[in-house]
Amino acid sequence: MKRIILVALLGFSGAVLAEGGKLQGSCSACHNIKGPATQTLKAAFEKKGPDLFYAGNKYRPEWLVSWLQKPSRIRPAGMYYGGHIKSGAKGDEIDISTLSDHIALSKADATSVTAELMKMKPHDDLIAKEKVESGTISKQMGEMAFTKFLGCMACHLIEPEYGGLSGPELYTAAKRLQPQYMASFIRSPQAWEPKSMMPNKNLSEVNIQKMIHYLETLSKEVANAN
Amino acid sequence: MPTKLFLLLLLAAFSVQTQAKEAPADNYKAYCVQCHGSEGTGKGVNTRDMSVVPRDHTDAKSMSGRSDETLFKAIKEGGPSIEKSILMPPWGATLSDEEINDLVQHLRMLCKCKFG
Repeated sequence: MKRIILVALLGFSGAVLAEGGKLQGSCSACHNIKGPATQTLKAAFEKKGPDLFYAGNKYRPEWLVSWLQKPSRIRPAGMYYGGHIKSGAKGDEIDISTLSDHIALSKADATSVTAELMKMKPHDDLIAKEKVESGTISKQMGEMAFTKFLGCMACHLIEPEYGGLSGPELYTAAKRLQPQYMASFIRSPQAWEPKSMMPNKNLSEVNIQKMIHYLETLSKEVANAN
Repeated sequence: MPTKLFLLLLLAAFSVQTQAKEAPADNYKAYCVQCHGSEGTGKGVNTRDMSVVPRDHTDAKSMSGRSDETLFKAIKEGGPSIEKSILMPPWGATLSDEEINDLVQHLRMLCKCKFG
């Protein structure tokens, strides 16, 4: 009996170490997993991946489990675009040779890492302020607002071959991100990341809701599957 | 008492650190280069699908047609505030007024020009 308990205890502590260990070890080499957010541009230029210390406020867990097993590029020009551009015939272009792929995890590791990440919720206060109404917008109307009236396309792709390249692609955004996080980040990127490359465009509440509905529409497009 | 003083000093040091202003060249690199390009010529990595091309900051002729106040307003409040493109966003929540003034001077250095 004693032996069984000992074995169970050892097994348990091993599992805990493995989960915490992966985050502390390989993940923390490229991600800020402890906070606080980056306070200077010099530090922002050095970032290799997005901050994860508020991952539980940001990501959809089912997306994390799936993406970590089969990662694909979300930021076409890397975490800080300035470190991944070169001069081309028509101006600046992405220097793909400087970009590296995210490591793929096994299903078991992806599941346990996601469970750890989802516990990290230092910004529950910001999330609690947001109320995302359910609603729909046609792709055409959403795209018009996104590109012509709000100018978001300057930095973001809305399909694999259309839009700006310095920010993260948005055609899978609603699959990746929690709706309240999207609302809060659009409302004030600086509340999450003081040195975010994303400007606060002072969107009205109506437009914030509209953009979330548009991103949800985009994520359902088969052509944008990721 | 000494503890209180220490805490006060710590607080002062911390608040200075969080409000430290960035060098104009770094702000330009972080926020402007994505559209205006690493050379400032308006050929940034984002421009491929844009309906309006970003301003060439090295173009003395067009840049001398804008006052420092107009450039300040465009950076702080965005393109539409000076009847230009929505693709130029407002940076007022990102940059302090002092940093924006520094950026205006940085633009004057890039165009090697003054207003008028």
